[in-house]
Amino acid sequence: MTTTHTEHKPTQVTGHTRTSGDVLFSIVNYSFFILLAVLCAYPFYYLIINSVSANDLSALGDVRLFPQGFHLSNFEQVFHLQGLPMAAAVSLARTVIGTTATVLASAFLGFMFTQERMWARRFWYRFVVITMYFSAGLIPLFIIMKNLGLTNNFWVYVLPFVVQPFFIVLVKTYVEGMPRELQEAAEVDGASVLRVFFMIYLPNMTPILATVAIFAAVTQWNSFQDTLIYVTDQSLYTLQYLLYMFINQANSLAQAAQNAGGNLGALADAASTQTPTSIRMTVSVLVVLPIIFIYPLFQRFFVKGIMLGAVKG
Amino acid sequence: MSSPTVVTEAVTTTIDHAADTKGRKRADKPRRKTSFKLFLLISPFLVLSFLFAYYPLYGWVYSLYDYKPALGLSGSEFVGLQWFRLLVSSPTQVDQILQVLTNTLAISFLGLATSILPLLFAVLLNEVKITRFRNAVQTLTTLPNFISWVLVYMIAFSLFSSTGLVNDILLDSGIITTPVKFLDTDQHVWLSMTLWSIWKGLGWGAIIYLAAISGIDPSLYESAKMDGAGRFQTMRYVTIPQLMPTYLVLLLLSVANLLNNGMEQYYVFQNAFNKEHIQVLDLYVYNIGMTGNSLSMATAIGMLKSLISVALLFSVNAFAKRVRGQSLV
Repeated sequence: MTTTHTEHKPTQVTGHTRTSGDVLFSIVNYSFFILLAVLCAYPFYYLIINSVSANDLSALGDVRLFPQGFHLSNFEQVFHLQGLPMAAAVSLARTVIGTTATVLASAFLGFMFTQERMWARRFWYRFVVITMYFSAGLIPLFIIMKNLGLTNNFWVYVLPFVVQPFFIVLVKTYVEGMPRELQEAAEVDGASVLRVFFMIYLPNMTPILATVAIFAAVTQWNSFQDTLIYVTDQSLYTLQYLLYMFINQANSLAQAAQNAGGNLGALADAASTQTPTSIRMTVSVLVVLPIIFIYPLFQRFFVKGIMLGAVKG
Repeated sequence: MSSPTVVTEAVTTTIDHAADTKGRKRADKPRRKTSFKLFLLISPFLVLSFLFAYYPLYGWVYSLYDYKPALGLSGSEFVGLQWFRLLVSSPTQVDQILQVLTNTLAISFLGLATSILPLLFAVLLNEVKITRFRNAVQTLTTLPNFISWVLVYMIAFSLFSSTGLVNDILLDSGIITTPVKFLDTDQHVWLSMTLWSIWKGLGWGAIIYLAAISGIDPSLYESAKMDGAGRFQTMRYVTIPQLMPTYLVLLLLSVANLLNNGMEQYYVFQNAFNKEHIQVLDLYVYNIGMTGNSLSMATAIGMLKSLISVALLFSVNAFAKRVRGQSLV
């Protein structure tokens, strides 16, 4: 799979004469997919055009097809909102640190579980993989996190994500497909297991690690539930959590809007004064933009990942 | 294992046998040491796995106490099976849990009923012969899978709240005179939740079928054509049957997950109006445990849910083993 999309050549043998039924089907079929594509894409477009339109117009709901009174000052102004710069930093930090940790751990464990000499290897592999299929539940997990001192702690965003059985299975399958001789040759030369991993296997695993990285990064960036359950300290709120609060707290948001506007003093006019709508739209765009940009670039990795996962079951 | 390795091993074994016991011990020791060293290298990760997956199971004992966080477990009263008895004996509790179970199963069954849609999506998209169009559709319809439920709710809010786009358009065009409450309502909650799930997951769900279609043996299509099968007959008698095994595996897995709807979607869409019909088990556990402070009751319910889910998974797996001769997990 080398192209950006699922490589499926039209499988049907073409060449038979097209009947009018065929033509009708094609028209209906194409229209159906155009409709679906619009249903999926328009909401994103709607958020974006509203975030760059005059704030008085967006508050009235008048921006529907094209931006009106185009301006980009919202993106600067939302950063005056209390807590937002911090939340953006937390979201970014957990995505970068969490993803790095997950990728390295998955690579290492996926590789190590192919080492047949390891003591009780099969047992430990099952010990890890079986955790995919059960969960103690939300409350016991909360109490344990609390006992471990991980509530209101940044590391609650990272540590539970380090060992992820699904990724380990993906990497292990991949490593099993790599030539064994790589390791044997290096060991003849006296290289240790760690050296073999870092110098030989890690650099040759990039395709599967890219898949893992994308999945992990999207999960980290989108994560909301862990903030909800484990965090009350406002300095650890994420963008997702802040957005959720902004949607639900219209009153406090209006207050926040005024405060943010106040920073600009006399410069503020109706088109650039923050409104609850403009704040929500702008924060939403901040939340979704990284996904939209990264997504088409890495779509092929997603596809590859889900296929490998499907093969393993 | 390649044959040279086998030969080497055979040679080593012969040498081992020839050597005296003392020599063998000496040869074994470093090997055992390496073996244990390899284990030590992964042990920190095993500790993490234990801490976040196994150790919380110990938390199930909280269901036997009247746990008050301020008092700690030792200070809390041991109540035995009180919470489990309450679940089946207290009328208000029974009513509540039945409603929650109904919601859970209703939404899950709607999910099962609509699980064929990604397959149909893939079959129809395969009929689109313009590659660029097909890729564009795939990209756009997969995007919603990669956003959070908070953002889905934001979209729902900006389009369907009483001041949202849909109401604006309906009001402007004079079709309605007062805004329709799409979100703040107890009507059609299960259905709207299912529709949002479909919106989010349809394109992504189709990817696996599209890949499966590309793996179908082309000779099947050739013979279908020889037999004079048209487009629809080919879809019906070749493509769809070929996708059925994949579909059934996914269907069985969703049966195993009947009770696990997750809570995020329902949490973000939850409000004072729709609470009765949106509370699925996962959300209910959160609501009574984290906001209602009945930590022990919530643990008891969560524990029963986990046990039933594991039992379901085992049954479904055994069923799959018998029917297809291959297990799911």
